[in-house]
Amino acid sequence: MRYGMAIDTLKCVGCADCVVACQTENKVPIGYCRDWITETVDGTYPLVEVELRSERCNHCENSPCVRCCPTGASHIIEGGIVLVTPEACIGCSACIESCPYDARYTHPSGHVDKCTFCHHRVEKGLNTACTSVCPTHCIYFGDLDNPRSDVSLALKNRKYKALAPEAGTGPQIFYLI
Amino acid sequence: MREELFVSGRNLPNIDPHLHAWHWPIPVYLFLGGLAAGLLFFASYYTILGKEKTMPTVVKWAPFIVPIALVVGLMALFYDLTNKLYFWRLYTTLRLESPMSWGAWVLMLVTPLSMVWVATYIKELIPSWDWKFPIIENTIEWFAKYRKVMAWILLPMSIILGIYTGILLSAFNARPLWNNSILGPLFLVSGLSTAAALIIWTSKDHAERLLFSKIDLVLIGIELFIIVHMMMGFMAGPSVQLEAAALLFGGAYTVVFWVFVVILGLLFPAALEIAELMGNKIPVAVPAIMVLMGGLIFRFVMVEAGQITRYLY
Ligand code: SF4
Ligand code: SF4
Repeated sequence: MRYGMAIDTLKCVGCADCVVACQTENKVPIGYCRDWITETVDGTYPLVEVELRSERCNHCENSPCVRCCPTGASHIIEGGIVLVTPEACIGCSACIESCPYDARYTHPSGHVDKCTFCHHRVEKGLNTACTSVCPTHCIYFGDLDNPRSDVSLALKNRKYKALAPEAGTGPQIFYLI
Repeated sequence: MREELFVSGRNLPNIDPHLHAWHWPIPVYLFLGGLAAGLLFFASYYTILGKEKTMPTVVKWAPFIVPIALVVGLMALFYDLTNKLYFWRLYTTLRLESPMSWGAWVLMLVTPLSMVWVATYIKELIPSWDWKFPIIENTIEWFAKYRKVMAWILLPMSIILGIYTGILLSAFNARPLWNNSILGPLFLVSGLSTAAALIIWTSKDHAERLLFSKIDLVLIGIELFIIVHMMMGFMAGPSVQLEAAALLFGGAYTVVFWVFVVILGLLFPAALEIAELMGNKIPVAVPAIMVLMGGLIFRFVMVEAGQITRYLY
C-alpha cells in the first residue's frame, strides 16, 4: 500500500477551498497552512501558460525530513504517510531545512507540523479533507499500488508530472497536465 | 519569463518569502564547535607526541576555552530549538542517518571529557587552587594519570566534531549551496585554522607561536584550495547549484564572502603571517583576530545564503 494524490491542473480553479478545508479539519492555527495554491505563469505574451496547483507535503518515498530528524519525531507510517509526533519533536528545524517543497512550518506551540494526508480520516476509509471538498473534483486520492483506486485511474490515461523530481526525494503527489 | 505566485495566503513565518528557520545561534554554534574541535585536536595531538612541556599553551592553557566554547555553543543551539522542553528527546534515540543526532551524541561525550582534561591541569597552572573535597581531588588525580589515554580518545573525537559541523549542512540536499561533499572537510580545516589562530594569539612562547604561524599558513592554503574546489563543483553542477553559486558571484553575499571571508579572513592574515615569518614585527593579535572573525563570518554566510537556495519558487 502506498498512498498518493493526483491533482488535475487543468481543472483546478485556484479557489483555495482545499486550503480552508484542511485548516478546518486539522485545526491548523490561524495564519498557517498545510496546503496552499500556487499559480505559475510561464512564457511571454501572447504565448503564456498559466498553471494552478494545490500543493502540500509530497509524502516523499525517500524522505529527507525523516532521515535528518535527530529524535525520530518525523517518521513514515504504513502506506508511506510521513508524520510528525509533536511530543517527540524538539523543534530543531532540521526537517524544515531538508524539505525541498517547504512543506513544513513551526506550529506556534513549538513542534513542526505539516500535511498528514488526513491519516485520521484515511484510516476510516474516508478521503482527505481537501479531496472531499474540491468543487471541481480535481484532487484524486488513494492507493497507488491498487490499479482500481481513484488515483491510479486518474494517472492511467493522462500525462502527469511531479514537482522538483531532481531533488531526488520521490514525491508521491502528481500533477495531471 | 517564469513566475510563480502563491494564490492562497501562504505566509508561513520563517519560510516565506524565503526560508530562515535557522537564526544566528546556528552559525555561532558551528564556529564555536569548530574552534573547540581544533583546540582539542592540537592539544591531544601534542600530548600523544609527548610535547606537554614544550607546548604549554596548546596542551594546558588553550583547552580551557574548549568547555566554555562548547557550553556557550550548546546554549545557542538550545536557544534556537522551538520546542525546548523536549530537548532530552535527543538522548532517547541514536539515529546514525541524522548528522544532528550523532553530532549531539559526540558533543555529549566530548564536552565532559574536555572538562576533565582542563580539570587535570588546574592545580598545575594555579598552584593555590583547592578542590575542597578530597573525592574530587582524588578523581581528578586519577584522571591525570591517564592523559595519554584521554588524548587518544579525544583525537578522533575532535576530528569527528570538526567535520560534523560541515556535514550537518551538507546533508541537506534541498539546499543546493550546502549540498556538496567538500563542506565537511572545509569546516574541519577552517576550525583547525581558527584554533591555530587562537593559539598564536594567546601563546607567550616564541617557538610555539612560530610553529603555529606555520601550521595556520598551511591550513589557510588548504582552505583556499578547498574553496576553489567547491566553487568549481558549483560551476559544473546543475542549474540550482549555479543559482546557489550566483549568490557568491555577483549576488547578495558576494561582498561579505569575498571581502570579509576570503580577503580579510584568509589572504590578508596569511600575508601578515608570512611577513612575520620573514622577520618583520607584526602584532600577533592582528592576523589571529582576522582569522577568527573570518571563520565566524564564513559560517554566517554559509548558513544564511544556504537557506535562500532551493529547488522551487
Ligand atoms: S514534501 Fe517535504 S515534508 Fe513532505 S515528505 Fe517530502 S521532504 Fe518530507
Ligand atoms: S524539528 Fe522536530 S520533526 Fe523536525 S527534524 Fe527536528 S525533531 Fe525532527
